[in-house]
Amino acid sequence: MTSAASAGSPVDGLLATASIVLSLLVAGWALVATLRHRAPDRAQFAGLAVLELALLVLGLMALLALGGGERPGEPGAFFGYLATLVCLPPLAWVLARMEPTRWGSAIVCAVCLVTPVVVVRLQQTWEVLGG
Amino acid sequence: MADVSAPERNRTNAGPGRLLIAVYLLFAIAATSRAGLQIATKFDEAPVAYLLSALAAAIYIVAAVGLARAGAAGRRVALACCAVELAGVVGVGILSLVDPGLFPDETVWSRFGSGYGYIPLVLPVLGLLWLWRTRDDPA
Repeated sequence: MTSAASAGSPVDGLLATASIVLSLLVAGWALVATLRHRAPDRAQFAGLAVLELALLVLGLMALLALGGGERPGEPGAFFGYLATLVCLPPLAWVLARMEPTRWGSAIVCAVCLVTPVVVVRLQQTWEVLGG
Repeated sequence: MADVSAPERNRTNAGPGRLLIAVYLLFAIAATSRAGLQIATKFDEAPVAYLLSALAAAIYIVAAVGLARAGAAGRRVALACCAVELAGVVGVGILSLVDPGLFPDETVWSRFGSGYGYIPLVLPVLGLLWLWRTRDDPA
């Protein structure tokens, strides 16, 4: 089988690392806001927007790699995680808009803590090859 | 005199409750997609574990809806879900330690939810506390 050159997974690179770091930064900032009894501020929403953009590009890169003939190790799980991933920042956004109190910031924090986990799971389901 | 609209303090779907609903939603998504995938692709390997995951997923969804709907009915639904969840995570947690053969594959509740950072164990407790905090106080 001439598959999957170990050249690298499309979801494991600078962009993936950057989204993980950004997500954790937004989570940290939102945690500070929560502790200071602050509602989600402009910085949190901007962070969520940039994060979503990064995740969409990440998803696009995965789709391009698929078009190029590469295949994830666990396709079902991979696409499940990918679909979930791009929904997370919008979910945080909507819930944070509904809750303009410190608890809105707490929601942003929680979702931004989950996002890096999903990115890592995404990477794991791409390169399962070894088992 | 009965209040037409529940006082702010008694609403389960505002403030910390909204955070709780958000976490319930995340778990609903995680458990639903995982169970769906497992049942669709490898049901024969561990039917009990996968059906249990599906049940857990359904309970998370209903609990989130119950909390979000607030009101008396919503509270009862949420209360029942949190109770079943707590019983489930503790029961399955103990069973999965005593007899790992029962659950050949991971479920959300295996080993008290350790695969999910023990959040499945904490979540129903927080839910019950939240329902208690927002209860209707006759006083």
